[in-house]
Amino acid sequence: MNSTSEVVHTETHHPKRDIIKEAVVEIVSDSGEGAQKCGQSLGIISAKMGNGVWTVEIIPAEIQPPARSKAGASGIRVRMGSDKITNMGDHADMVVALNEQVLYGRIDQNAYKPGTYLLIENKWANSSSKDIRQNYQDSIKKFTELGYKIFEIPMEEECLKFVSDARKGKNMWVLGLICNVYDRDLTISATQVKYIFRKKSEEVIQSNLDLLHAGYDWANDNLPMHFTIPSQLSDDDFVVMNGNEAISLGIMAAGIEVCSMYPITPATSATHAMAETIESAGGIIHQAEDEIAAIGFAIGASYAGKTAVTITSGPGIALKTEFIGLAVMSEIPLVIIDVQRGGPSTGLPTKVEQGDLLAVLYGAAGDAPKIVLAASTIEECFHYVILARKLAESFRTPVFVLTDANLATGVQPFPRPKIKAEWFTGPIDQSRWKEGVKAYDWDSSTGLSKRPIPGQKGGMYTLTGLAHDEESHVAYDPAINQRAAESRSRKLAALHQTLKTPMVNGDKTGDLLLVGWGSTRGAIEEAVEQAREKGVKVSSLHLHFLSPIEPGLKSIFEQFKKVMTVEINYSDTLGNPLITEENRRYAQLAWYLRAHTLIDIDCFSNVYGQPLSPIQILKMLEKELELTLTE
Amino acid sequence: MISLQPDFCDVTIPEGDHYKMADYASGKARWCSGCGAHTILNSVQKLCKDEQLAPENTVFVSGIGCSSRFPHYMKTYGFHGLHGRAFPVASGVKFRRPDLNVFMVTGDGDCCSIGAGHWVHAIRYNMKMVVLLFDNSIYGLTKKQTSPTSPLGTVSNTHPKGSILPPINPIQATLGLANVSFVAQTVDWKPAHLHATIKKAYDHPGLAFVRVVQRCPVFMRDNYEPTMSDPDAITVLHHNEGIVLEEKAMSKFRHVTEHDPSDIVKAREVAELVKTTTPIGLFYQNKNASRYDEYGAHNLGISVEDRVGAIDSLMDRYAI
Repeated sequence: MNSTSEVVHTETHHPKRDIIKEAVVEIVSDSGEGAQKCGQSLGIISAKMGNGVWTVEIIPAEIQPPARSKAGASGIRVRMGSDKITNMGDHADMVVALNEQVLYGRIDQNAYKPGTYLLIENKWANSSSKDIRQNYQDSIKKFTELGYKIFEIPMEEECLKFVSDARKGKNMWVLGLICNVYDRDLTISATQVKYIFRKKSEEVIQSNLDLLHAGYDWANDNLPMHFTIPSQLSDDDFVVMNGNEAISLGIMAAGIEVCSMYPITPATSATHAMAETIESAGGIIHQAEDEIAAIGFAIGASYAGKTAVTITSGPGIALKTEFIGLAVMSEIPLVIIDVQRGGPSTGLPTKVEQGDLLAVLYGAAGDAPKIVLAASTIEECFHYVILARKLAESFRTPVFVLTDANLATGVQPFPRPKIKAEWFTGPIDQSRWKEGVKAYDWDSSTGLSKRPIPGQKGGMYTLTGLAHDEESHVAYDPAINQRAAESRSRKLAALHQTLKTPMVNGDKTGDLLLVGWGSTRGAIEEAVEQAREKGVKVSSLHLHFLSPIEPGLKSIFEQFKKVMTVEINYSDTLGNPLITEENRRYAQLAWYLRAHTLIDIDCFSNVYGQPLSPIQILKMLEKELELTLTE
Repeated sequence: MISLQPDFCDVTIPEGDHYKMADYASGKARWCSGCGAHTILNSVQKLCKDEQLAPENTVFVSGIGCSSRFPHYMKTYGFHGLHGRAFPVASGVKFRRPDLNVFMVTGDGDCCSIGAGHWVHAIRYNMKMVVLLFDNSIYGLTKKQTSPTSPLGTVSNTHPKGSILPPINPIQATLGLANVSFVAQTVDWKPAHLHATIKKAYDHPGLAFVRVVQRCPVFMRDNYEPTMSDPDAITVLHHNEGIVLEEKAMSKFRHVTEHDPSDIVKAREVAELVKTTTPIGLFYQNKNASRYDEYGAHNLGISVEDRVGAIDSLMDRYAI
């Protein structure tokens, strides 16, 4: 029996609420104050109410950054709306800050606009430290000058009415406050709070419920802004998770038996998400001694017939490159997940970049064709692992799944996948190897061949990374090497035959076509939609298969006056010192598509380390098409 | 055909499908004439025959180098991979395939130089496999460069005035690693000792690390000829739990010292003898060390329903 008493909530008055289509809310604090827990709960509550949601974490690079510092901003952004939400949006509408200093980093990142509500903990105004008092006053003045609407809120004082240490529970008071401002369902909210603290004592659960309600009431009585975001409940089952969690479920649903990894940000949280479950699902996580060993171990397991994945980020891909070449050369099925971060070198470990495309496509000695997929939504992070596993085995080759830090930490609801037994691999084939069939019996029209697996009588062969003939014998004969390379390449052509021509978002002809890949899809499509509403002849196209490339691109591109890629990686900007048409270095997909289509494709890209927002793309369109689309 | 006690009974029985030495041989080994690898190959093929290992259930994994050509000469499954990376591949092969007999062949450059990081961890994983370190103290395939086990002063193409640093002692290094469970040394030119060592390694329930001191007649003739020709140059480690030779084979050695392979502290002392003699035998064995391959096999064979159930219950946590 649940003895937690249900607080019967009675509002003193019902404020008038403005109906809005969507809102972007941020909660920022020092590390360890529970801002992310607060925002994740807000996201889940909103999803449960039937709102579209996208949440993205604001992560400091250090584990314990100094308190009250610009670099220490830890928090979360939640975008909730009446319709489906596919990206983090533009400027925040409301921000709750547990100290004023953490706001500076976000202001630098242009996260707020004049009119954004800043709700700031006011206890710093009375700090025993003169410096803190001064900094607080200076900041309030500065923020006011910047046009933000400031509310100084006695969060600590209010929380101390319920708990002796306000650090424990302030986030739930803030959650209550936000729930009131945006009309979140209190019963759903209370259920979520109980769920968060389900492993804690009744006392802890009760005090957090009290805080939730207190925050709600305080906002009701003291704040002037109150909104409603209409929602529609769906009969379908939904799940809400981030991209790395979706990958982890995808790994298990794909029947992967060995997940071999080495810790690296931002990929590793995928391993955390499945660590408790994977062994019951038939797999094991192997934490290897290094990135090279992680892929070597996965390759060994796959050679022995066990389905394997290795998961990493850019620096890990660099280290694994030699083994990737071996897997291509000796045709070993393998799923490689690259959760991209900022590069080169150690780069920006927690930030967003789509900088590994060319490294993944071409970063190998010699010609090493492999399959490359890029997920563009959280839901695809799940399904693409399953697809990749199947492709790896069918085409006897490594398959990359590219995601990035934006998908890794972005949270979005999607229809709950029904796990199917056919997604798993069957038992290893241990039947006698058919006599006369060679270890690499390359089909002359597809390049495909079936591989023998240890345990199969009569299938014995020695796999080698050296040039080899059909029987896997080392062969330096020029004709054999040429034929083997052709066979490996032809497998991609065979897969290409099965792909569908991609859909254009918008009209099939126009002034401009934006081409994207990966996590930028939501922002690009939202910007295109807004521009089209204003009569701009712009469309977009999003690629999911990067190798082999999706068919029909050239004829699609030819219907537009201009084609331009939109990416989060580096490109030179014409007009910058020394940069000319002749020496300009393009964004990665642009290079690739220019080579494929011989069309003069332009690019819009940057390496600010942030997800692209619709407004950035709209501003680019204004410049490109000499229009005014934003205020 | 084997005759059954002809004086007792005149009946002969068919030999059956037993594997013969030739059933394990593939192609002609292309090592140089006089290379120690030939005798090791022969000894391994004899072990396979003696143990009647099913070729389809046997995997030889190697890295890159002269030694690492080994799998091509075995008619079993083989994996001739990357330089220095045999350990992770062999570990991956064995992890979830307890039914496979895994052998790993590596060289002094492959194991002690480019692959040294994996060596440390593979010893700790302690998966059941035989690891043969073919140590000829030189890079042969790339034509005579100094190896990490080249004796101090070795003249090579990279150090024409002689190598500058003292060599790594692979036995001592391995004995210093966490969870080490089997360390032995032998020489390729004493076939009885070589074979007894490989057999002991095969029987070990864990990772058996065997350093085979190996001749390279092309680049290191001066290094091995004195050891081979001087009967005083080798010291045999003797113990009932160690490498046990028949009396006749044992009588060929002049220097024998008692060494209990369960004593790791003594084993490390004995490993230091390498500075004055070539000790051969079993330095250390612990049959009870933790095995990571047992962990790898612990959840094999879960039913599809249970797997779906486990994933579904995790999915429930994300349900809204």
